[in-house]
Formats: sequence, C-alpha cells, structure tokens
Amino acid sequence: MADDILRGRAWRLDHDISTDVLSPGAYAVDPVEVRKLHVLESVIPEFANEVVAGDIIVAGRNFGCGSSRETAAENLKALGVACVVTESLSRLFMRNAIAVGLPALICTGIHAAFADGDDIQVDLVTGVVTNVASLVELRADPLPEEMRRILASGGILALLKGRSVA
Amino acid sequence: MGMNLAERILARSAGRDQVAAGEFVMAEIDLALLHDIFAAQVFNLLRDTGLDQVFDPDRIVVVIDHLVPAPSEAAAAIHQSIREHISRLGITAFYDAGRGICHQLLPEHGHIRPGDLVVGTDSHTTTYGALGAGGTGIGTSDMVYALATGQLWFRVPETIRFEMTGDLMAGVSWKDVILHLAGRFGADGAQYRAIEFAGPAVAGADMSSRLTVCNMALEMGAKFGLFAADGVTDTYLRSHGGAGTEPFEPDADATYEAVHEIALSNLEPQVALPHEVDQVSPVTEVEGISLNQAFIGSCTNGRIEDLRAAAEVLAGHHIAPGMRLLVAPASRAVLGEALETGVAATLVEAGASILAPGCGPCFGGHGGLLAPGERCIGTHNRNFIGRMGSSEAEIFLASPATVAASALAGHIADPRKLGASDG
Ligand code: SF4
Repeated sequence: MADDILRGRAWRLDHDISTDVLSPGAYAVDPVEVRKLHVLESVIPEFANEVVAGDIIVAGRNFGCGSSRETAAENLKALGVACVVTESLSRLFMRNAIAVGLPALICTGIHAAFADGDDIQVDLVTGVVTNVASLVELRADPLPEEMRRILASGGILALLKGRSVA
Repeated sequence: MGMNLAERILARSAGRDQVAAGEFVMAEIDLALLHDIFAAQVFNLLRDTGLDQVFDPDRIVVVIDHLVPAPSEAAAAIHQSIREHISRLGITAFYDAGRGICHQLLPEHGHIRPGDLVVGTDSHTTTYGALGAGGTGIGTSDMVYALATGQLWFRVPETIRFEMTGDLMAGVSWKDVILHLAGRFGADGAQYRAIEFAGPAVAGADMSSRLTVCNMALEMGAKFGLFAADGVTDTYLRSHGGAGTEPFEPDADATYEAVHEIALSNLEPQVALPHEVDQVSPVTEVEGISLNQAFIGSCTNGRIEDLRAAAEVLAGHHIAPGMRLLVAPASRAVLGEALETGVAATLVEAGASILAPGCGPCFGGHGGLLAPGERCIGTHNRNFIGRMGSSEAEIFLASPATVAASALAGHIADPRKLGASDG
C-alpha cells in the first residue's frame, strides 16, 4: 500500500454498529453510489454528506456485527474512509474489510482515547495509533502478514487477477 | 496434542495432521453456498476477473430465498441473471424461488456432511455446525476467490466449550437456551471463536434444535458453532437423502480457551429486547409489552418442529384484535408437512397469514415490514435497529411458543401459562 501512515479526522461511533446500520437492507441490491448515501443514516443522518476522503472511523466494541454483507466495508471505502480502528470488530467485517482493501484494526482503549472530530494518526506497519492533539498513543494488534499482503494488492480480487495474469 | 472440532475440520481441509488455534491455513472448500442477495454480484465479479469458471460446479449450491416471490422488477432481474449464470457455469444444485431458505435446504437435501468446511455468502452459514460441519460466512470478494480457486485462507479459531446439563422445563426450547447464552456472554462473547455445544444435555437436542442453536451462535460473533456428530446426526442424515455417519468428535485431550458449565433445568423462556440480540430477559420480566405483529419463520425457527410448537399454543384460539401473525415456512417441504399434518390449518384458523417459503420479512427486504412506533415479536435471529422496516420500530426475539402465546395475547406473554409443551 502506498500510504502506511494515515492521518485524518476521527468519526467516533458507539458499540455494536451493525451491518444493517452500515448497509441498510432496503438498499441491499442497489449500486454502491446509492448504498453509500445511506451509511450510518439511522445513527448519524449527516454522515454520508459530511465524511471526506481520508477520515478514519473510531468505534467501540463489536463493530460490523451482523450479516456477511461486504457492502458494509465497501460502502465505507467508497465514501473515502481510510481506516477503521475499533475496540473489537466482527470477524466477518474484518474478513470483508481486508477483502476490499480497507484496513481494519483492533485497538484496546481507542473508544475512550478519542472524541468525535479529533485528529488521528494510524501507522499500519507498527499498529501505533496517535491522538494528534492529546498525544495519547495506543498500540493496535498488528495485522498478520497474510492480511497485509491482500491489502497491499488492493484487495483479494486484485490478488486473484494478479494470479490469473501470472 | 488433541484437537477440538474446529481444529479437526481445518486440519483436514488444509491437508495437515495437526493445526492449532491462532495459525493461518490455506484450506480446501468442501461446499460453497450463494443466495440471491449476492449471487449475481459474485458471478459478475468472477467474470470480471477473466477466470470465468468455477473450481467444481458440483460443490456449489445456489438458492433464491431472500427476495421471494420477487417484490420488485429489480429483484426479478437479479433472479433472472442468477439463472443465466448458473446454467453457463454448469451449476446443478440450484433451488429456485419458493423452495425455501438456504440454511434449511442444504441440510434437508443432504448437502452437509460432518467434518465438511462450508462457506456461504451469508453470516448464518454457521447453522451447519448442527451436523458437525464447519460452516462460516464470507463476503462477496472472498467468495469470488473461493469459487475460482476452491481455497480460502482461515485463521484457526480458539474454541469456547459449553458443557450443558439438565432437562428443559415444559414450554422452554433450545431457542431459549441460545438466547440465554447470547444474553449471558454477549453479542461479542464468541468473537472470532468457535463454540462447541456439548455436555449430557445435547443428546436430548433434536436436529431442529441444534440448527437453531448453531444458527444463532453467529449472534455471539462465532466463526463456527459446532455439535459433535452422534446418533441424532446419523438418523437425520439417513432420513435426508444421504448415508449415515460415524461419530465425529473432538479428541479427548483437546484444548479449549474456556469451558463453561450451563445448567438448563431452571431456564425460563427468554426474550431478546430491542435493539440487540444480547439484551435478553426472562419472559416473566417483560410480559405485557404491547405488540402489533408476530412472525414465525426464518432459518432460525421456521422448521416443522417450530410451526408445530406454535400450533400447539394457537390451537382453538384466535390472535388478539389488532395483531398480525405472519408465518413463513423455512422450505416447501416444511409447508407440505404442515399441510399434511393439519398444522397449517391450525395456524390459519388462529389468524395467521402464510407467506411463501423463504426469508419473508426476517431481514426487512419485503413482506411484513414495520411502521414507525410498531413492535414485532419474531422467532428469527436479529432485532437490530431498522432490520424490519422503520428504524423507529422495535423487534423482540423469542421461541415459537412464546411468539405464538404473544400473538394470542396481543402483548409479550409466557407460553407456560397457556399450557404449552415445547420441550
Ligand atoms: S431467514 Fe433471515 S437470517 Fe435466515 S438467511 Fe433469510 S434473511 Fe438471513
């Protein structure tokens, strides 16, 4: 990946943000241009309008719980979200985030260390997460090499295409 | 060193003698499941990779179950596209609209064998753990990779084991057990982990109950929810189009991250409250909350055993004025059995509307959505905000007996007070 150090504005979300909230069922079969407009609308109605490329999601426990819908991760990526850092996250969301090339990290203490709108820096190689204003530094679980390889390719489909060309 | 069920499944799939929790493996997939929400998208993506073929057309099952019958022109077009893709790719295990829900059809038609590794573009693929199979959900991109190569990476999960003892009271079912476990251990209580459901009490759990439990293991974050294969499994497999099975069990010296003893004999009927599956109360603490709709169905509790449990409560009564009762049988076979045995007539006489076999209103796609301020109690597996229509509606989850008793009362009600026997 080109940028191993990400810096952006934090959107602080609560615990148990489900895939129904990240990708509402009513738009399940709509194209991503439509789906992305409804991300988080039941909890932060202005999110899709106000999020800008490079913003980073900071969330509580069990982020992305619920269904296998990859659109939950894909919608965030389509809105330009650079990274998701959570207290804990659902296994399916983690799989899907890696598959679409969206870094997702687990970092104990993240929810308390950030307020909405804080300036956040994430080092994907070391796992160090910094609150730029308060200089509080936390350490996320580093991603295993297998996952970093998929992220570096830009997602698992890019990896597959690379394989079919090779 | 001994292996637990998850380790045995992933070791075999990875062609290894031994694997341990925490390792990454490249595993061979035994079966891949796709349903109508994602199948067309997956097949389109597969075509876009330029590798427009699948690793083995006989190890792929495609089901049209979510948008059934097609509620919109867009859904109909997606179904049409799926039919074209599967005939082009030579996939023969195809269940078209009206046959039922994927997680009912795969066991019912003998597609699942103990020890198999099964991936599906659906989170509740964990259901197949009822038969001792490692079933787990994956997203669309991972599915494209799996279909193209027959392989996928997995992290071998840690396993939590529940040792369950005691007999359930009359009016209490295994749905109440899994709701209780979700409430006690939390929606992330088994995050990234496998769960083994074990102990003397599981011998008394029929296959329908085991399917319910493994279906909702996902609501605790589990990657796999597993029962060992035993006599119950053997009997089920023989009566559903397949050969029987040898026992498939964890090694005696297998290791676990945690082992919890769970006593079942004093368990009351349970209700999950809006908007989280782990906000669980005994029914006695929430009785009287008024309702507008009741739903019996889904891959969690839409089997004949569930319809029968509801019919026992409803027989000879009528649902309360102002209530709507929707029943979606999990498959056409379930509907057929309900018709033959009189269960369907009992439900309709009590005021139920019977929907086409399929997901029905479970995920809020169509057919039975809720208006702002409305409350629904259902037998399904999720009560997330906005799951069944309005984000200002409330969803409660319970057993078929509790849902039926609540439909009669017009508010949340305890099935034991109506003399139900859903043991
Ligand atoms: S019944 Fe509900 S939970 Fe089950 S597969 Fe269908 S939508 Fe998903």
